[in-house]
Amino acid sequence: MLIISTIVFLVIRVIPGDPALVIAGIDASESDIKAIRAKLGTDKPILTQYVDWIWKVMRFDFDTSMISGQPVTQLILERLPLTLTLALMGLVISIFIAIPLGVVSAVKRWSAWDYLGMIFSQIGMAIPSFWLGIILLLLLSVKIKLFPLFGGGTLKHLVLPAISLGIARAAVLLRLTRAAMIEELSKEYVVAARSKGLTERMVNYKHALKNALLPVITIAGIQLGYMLGGAIIIEQVFSLPGLGRLFLFGVYQRDFPLIQGGVVFVAFIFSFINFTVDILYSVLNPRIRIS
Amino acid sequence: MKKRNTLLVISIGYIVILGVAAVAAPSIAPYNPVFQNLDERFSPSSKAHFLGTDNFGRDILSRVIYGSRSALLVGIVAVSIAVLIGSVVGLLAGMAGRFIDNFLMLLMDSLLSFPTILLAITVVSFLGYGLLQVMLAIGVIFSPVFARLVRAETLAIKTESYVEASRALGTPMIKTVYKHIIPNLLGKVIVQCSITFALTVVIEASLSYLGLGTQPPDPSWGLMLKDARNYLVLAPWMAIYPGTVLALTVLSFNVLGDALSEKLNPKL
Repeated sequence: MLIISTIVFLVIRVIPGDPALVIAGIDASESDIKAIRAKLGTDKPILTQYVDWIWKVMRFDFDTSMISGQPVTQLILERLPLTLTLALMGLVISIFIAIPLGVVSAVKRWSAWDYLGMIFSQIGMAIPSFWLGIILLLLLSVKIKLFPLFGGGTLKHLVLPAISLGIARAAVLLRLTRAAMIEELSKEYVVAARSKGLTERMVNYKHALKNALLPVITIAGIQLGYMLGGAIIIEQVFSLPGLGRLFLFGVYQRDFPLIQGGVVFVAFIFSFINFTVDILYSVLNPRIRIS
Repeated sequence: MKKRNTLLVISIGYIVILGVAAVAAPSIAPYNPVFQNLDERFSPSSKAHFLGTDNFGRDILSRVIYGSRSALLVGIVAVSIAVLIGSVVGLLAGMAGRFIDNFLMLLMDSLLSFPTILLAITVVSFLGYGLLQVMLAIGVIFSPVFARLVRAETLAIKTESYVEASRALGTPMIKTVYKHIIPNLLGKVIVQCSITFALTVVIEASLSYLGLGTQPPDPSWGLMLKDARNYLVLAPWMAIYPGTVLALTVLSFNVLGDALSEKLNPKL
């Protein structure tokens, strides 16, 4: 946490340019600029600014938004549920596509399913999620009026955005599942299980799959973090009032406290997810704990 | 295997065509990409406008051709920055002592603790919008990937017996680096370049889509998609063509990266 806040501070302060000048505009008077600097605290020495910043982050106090005047933390927490739901739905979709297809691809290598999976993963990785979102809107909202074109509020509004987010991640996850499964299937315990006379089904799904899922779960967790980033663009495409749009609004309006708060907040969640995944991994895989 | 080779040839062909299109854009594009013809707004694909026109009556084919310039430029510059920073940091971390190594890697890892796009937006919002800023931001953001790769490879190559032998003969550090270490890690770096290139093209398009990258009226695929989003019902082709070109570009670089990694690292 300390490191993240420090980096954000550095990024913001190292980048040349004075936010006060940007906010005030070209024809602002010297005293206006000074007043804004005082409000932002950028007129104090750099070390004081740093200590202030860290102290505020520790208390989750990111000042108030310069545009709406509400506390940034409150704004973020209001928008968070939507973005989190979206990312989780995306994750579920990508897991439901990737794991079954990946396992079948590995078990029946070089079969039609395997080729289908390979084509899917190449295309899924190549199509930018925001374009996929636009295409889905075009097909399912404009041509066939299955989903709403704008707006939010219900779960139905989240289906297309979640698919757009999920597909690209599914492509990555699919490749990984296939590779992990193939690796497990070539191990000695699988041969042993087969020679014991267990059915193919038992061997594939009970023994190999269980072990192959370990790395898959790790990556799936990390993917969740990336989806929070991807949600910024997807929310823009689908006009969803989530965290991403709030953040972008901050960027467009040059609302610096909002930008700072948003970055730190998302980075925290991102690191928290990665940390949880690490722990989960060692719980699921006792071999890691020993070594 | 044969199927894969065909795919690879097509991908390389596509990349070459894209490169030629970007370089020769003024002589092959049928129209001026920013010329507005308000009488011909939203005209679908026709003889005069092969891919139709957009909301200002601008020729989409010409805009797609010119758009390849910003996409490839961002890719080349951003990847170069990333390779440069990443290699220097990676080599330093790999060759120098433990303290420098830990410090540099902490710095690099902390950059990795943000979702890429979020960090890119933040940097650009403070630097100001535009293509140059985007290139810088993406370059710095992707440098940890190269730094990690170069460091890991350097550490591995350093312990090879021929390197140790050459060191024992009194070869200076700098000479060891460029005679033994750099040539041996080049392969993996090139593979990573191809994959990173695909990613930077997507990020450039994303940032332009959000209005933070290429500024209108300059043509960029992301910007074209941004306009297209508002006229989906009226002019769906505005979304289809630039997006297809963008996706094919990413696909080609991915295929190239996969093929290179198979060729250069046969162990995998």
